[in-house]
Amino acid sequence: MLEPMHANQVVGKYRQYDQHLYKQGFRHLLVTDIEVPYPDGKLIVSRTDTQGIITHCNQSFVDMSGYTEAELIGAPHSILRHPDMPTLAFKGLWDEVEAGKIWHGYVKNLRKDGAFYWVYATVIPNVREGVVVGYTSVRRKPSRAKIAAAIALYQTLKLKEGNHWEGPTQ
Amino acid sequence: MSTEPIFQLTVSPDFTPAHISGWYIFNTWLQRNLNVRAHCELYDDFESQRQAIRDDRVDLIYANPFDAAMLVREKNFTAIAKAIGVTDECVIAVAAESSIQHLEDLKPGARLAKTDDPDINLIGMIMLESVDLNDDSVEPVVVDSYVLVAKALLRGTADIGFFLKDSCDEFSGAIRKQLRPLVHSQIGDIQHILLASPRLVAHSASLRHALAEMPNNPQGNSVLESLGFMGWQLLEQEDTEFMIDMIDTLKAK
Ligand SMILES: Cc1cc2nc3c(=O)[nH]c(=O)nc-3n(C[C@H](O)[C@H](O)[C@H](O)COP(=O)(O)O)c2cc1C
Repeated sequence: MLEPMHANQVVGKYRQYDQHLYKQGFRHLLVTDIEVPYPDGKLIVSRTDTQGIITHCNQSFVDMSGYTEAELIGAPHSILRHPDMPTLAFKGLWDEVEAGKIWHGYVKNLRKDGAFYWVYATVIPNVREGVVVGYTSVRRKPSRAKIAAAIALYQTLKLKEGNHWEGPTQ
Repeated sequence: MSTEPIFQLTVSPDFTPAHISGWYIFNTWLQRNLNVRAHCELYDDFESQRQAIRDDRVDLIYANPFDAAMLVREKNFTAIAKAIGVTDECVIAVAAESSIQHLEDLKPGARLAKTDDPDINLIGMIMLESVDLNDDSVEPVVVDSYVLVAKALLRGTADIGFFLKDSCDEFSGAIRKQLRPLVHSQIGDIQHILLASPRLVAHSASLRHALAEMPNNPQGNSVLESLGFMGWQLLEQEDTEFMIDMIDTLKAK
């Protein structure tokens, strides 16, 4: 079960959400509008089992998420789910990879301290001897123009979902 | 006449020129330690090496990570080891007096000097992607070596250049002073690897043992020195599968 976020670990003024997560129930989220810039030259890498439970993450993943490796391994990947992201984006991700395909997209991720970071993510199925044994995601630094386009798209998707975008618009 | 097979050792064509003789020395070491016959074949470019792989002529290859997918997933090569003390990181640099201070200063049409080294070019383009540049919006200036990438920057025939980080360490102080790095990759998980063909697989246990022992005997040590490696780290097949998955995510458009 995912830990709720704690106000004493969050830096700055925050918005609050009760985010429903698949197989996790609701998680209470504390979200600030502080952006942590993507580190130049690095790749943020993680692997999950077929259920989306984290089985491996690299040092950049640990550094950017704000969690320790011990907190991450065994946690569902939705530990990073930011409430500004539309549900449809993740439906697209799972539809693609469960069909054995590659998924790309721009993702706003939530850190343990309530801040966020944007990534350009690619997720692929890990096929071993013909069987999908898990998924790998490699994130890279998105351009500001691509982030702006993603925000515009996610604003529209949020409206479709009967919701609206409450985050910064650039 | 002996009917023993002659195994072919080859090396990714982006090997540093200073270490060519090292690979012939490694080949001699290989024959003595595995008690096999082997021949070291160095290809001028990636395409001719890939053709040799397709034709099943290669038995042991120090492979560019970019080619690992084909070797492991199509040709059933087995991961043996990776070298300690070398990396496959990319530096994007400009001439010291260039007006370009940050990647963000680059405009479409920028002239990019690079070699044909596929993994460094892939990593370099990923760093340029963060400022909305791609293969269609840069003008490539392809040269044969990293020294020539440096020269293209110094002569002003290119605006930026992709370098293998380790190759910059071999430049003279004079060249290094005239270059200015803008950004460098810190990936860590993507590296050249030594892979064995199915034909050689019967020898892979003794090969692994001999590689692991190299730093512990004077003969092995001098071979490592001529290759510029500190030793070998043995690999599990899954380490390599993971690296291939990572590269697949980077190659995917
Ligand atoms: C390999 C892999 C990596 C993922 N990376 C992220 C991520 O970085 N951030 C994120 O919010 N969701 C990521 N997801 C999707 C989550 O599993 C989850 O679907 C998402 O956070 C939405 O939560 P929900 O499915 O519980 O609604 C990833 C999934 C996989 C398979």
